[in-house]
Amino acid sequence: MASALVIKNLKKTYGNGVHALKGVSLEVPEGDFFALLGPNGAGKTTIIGITAGLVNKTSGAVSVFEHDIDSEPEIAKAQIGLVGQEVNFNPFEKPLDIVVNQGGYYGIPRSIALPRAKKLLEDLGLGDKMNQNGLTLSGGMKRRLMIARALIHTPRFLILDEPTAGVDVELRRGMWDYLRKLTSEGLTILLTTHYLEEAEQLAKHVAIINKGSIVASGTMDEILAMHEDKGESKEGYRGGRLEEVFLKLTSEK
Amino acid sequence: MNGYRKWIAFYTMLRKDIVRIFRIWVQTFLPSVVTSVLYFSVFGTVLGSRIGTMQGVDYMTFVIPGLVMLAIVTSAYANSSFTFFQSKFFARSIDEMLVSPMPPWLIIAGFVSGGIIRGILVGTLVMIVSLFFTGLQLAIHNVLIIFGFAILTSLVFALAGLVNGVYAKSIDGINLVPTFVLTPLVYLGGIFYSVHNLPGWWQAITYANPLFYLINGFRYGFLGISDVSIATAVGILSVLIVALVGVNWYLIRTGLGLKQ
Ligand SMILES: Nc1ncnc2c1ncn2[C@@H]1O[C@H](COP(=O)(O)OP(=O)(O)OP(=O)(O)O)[C@@H](O)[C@H]1O
Ligand SMILES: [Mg+2]
Repeated sequence: MASALVIKNLKKTYGNGVHALKGVSLEVPEGDFFALLGPNGAGKTTIIGITAGLVNKTSGAVSVFEHDIDSEPEIAKAQIGLVGQEVNFNPFEKPLDIVVNQGGYYGIPRSIALPRAKKLLEDLGLGDKMNQNGLTLSGGMKRRLMIARALIHTPRFLILDEPTAGVDVELRRGMWDYLRKLTSEGLTILLTTHYLEEAEQLAKHVAIINKGSIVASGTMDEILAMHEDKGESKEGYRGGRLEEVFLKLTSEK
Repeated sequence: MNGYRKWIAFYTMLRKDIVRIFRIWVQTFLPSVVTSVLYFSVFGTVLGSRIGTMQGVDYMTFVIPGLVMLAIVTSAYANSSFTFFQSKFFARSIDEMLVSPMPPWLIIAGFVSGGIIRGILVGTLVMIVSLFFTGLQLAIHNVLIIFGFAILTSLVFALAGLVNGVYAKSIDGINLVPTFVLTPLVYLGGIFYSVHNLPGWWQAITYANPLFYLINGFRYGFLGISDVSIATAVGILSVLIVALVGVNWYLIRTGLGLKQ
């Protein structure tokens, strides 16, 4: 099966000299629900930014459904829907306009984008908000608006950078169900999250990144198998298995 | 993206900007209209009658083309510098375009076209307002030259405003250039006088001011008089356009000053 995303030896040094990525290689199979995990500052957003065309890479290669982002940027970008980590829409615009205009940037005429945008906003529970100022949306609603915006051009590959940050439990479950439904329809999803238990339940493949390098990757089962439960009764809080593996791989010792 | 999709993307940008321009008309249209009413009142009506004629035409008639040009230049410039700056710094909504398959030149074309539209609209408004000060008389020597200069001038200053918007690091960064560079250039470019009224050294400086050629070319379209030849004016305009397209092309290659 084809790969939705292939990253080879990706390096990124920011203008201020920070080596954010030190040679990352990664593959996301088509149809996957892929979790990219790592502590704050590990380089997750940088990888996503380069893939989506928001950050220039220093070296390495990235291709989306076998279209190189340098030589075929238009085709590669048309496959991707991005939900960024930071809210990045103009809050003085209305959700419906934001989503319809985004369709326009992908070349979708208004007559097609309008009904599609309404449906997406309704599916994401924003039906009654679509003609209000973006300013009036709560944090969780803003996230869902960004998901609707990312889906307007029916991408094959959806990238979500911490989509559930600041979203309450009930809505978070709803969002996971929605994303799961999308993968069952064939959409490939890559996401980052700091909610490891949710990732453990949902993701098929995982990559763990720390300080700009991938420290583990594989199927969820393979990663979980790295967890050795010695049965010692440790003091204090203990999380799920993925959390234990994550900490073992990323904490400084 | 095929041609049709590119057109849709371009149309989306333009439509969005035009809706915005009309929605905030108090900020986009009104200032230029108010300013020119003041100018027409003071220079045309009050002082004009004392000045008499300039280059053989009534003073009011002489200043109209320059004041219309002033409106075009400042509107086109303000539009592209501000919209670009806003989408870059304000919630970074420029990401919406950067993640899309729109090639960078198309994004630039979208921003610049918004500036051209606003320049032409405001210029037309100011011209209509001027009619109330001339007893509804408008001298027209050559409509093609008027339109040509209006469009090319808005293009030049929309491009220049875009460069400014790309480089601006703060809101002051897009206010400085209009205040300290653009306005002086326009005022000293011969809106209010013919270059022949100036002392020799000042004339020499005026000839180095690109606005001088634009204003004279534009005035020629209305009155058929000019301090310079139209060919020279068109030549200068072309050089400016080529230079600014070059700068913007460079910005495209380096990621529009937007990507780290
Ligand atoms: N624009 C930038 N300029 C300079 N350095 C940056 C920039 N963006 C990110 N960095 C640095 O690059 C490194 C990786 O950042 P990145 O945002 O990719 O991390 P992340 O894994 O997404 O973290 P988080 O979980 O906190 O979102 C960090 O050290 C960060 O400080
Ligand atoms: Mg991040």
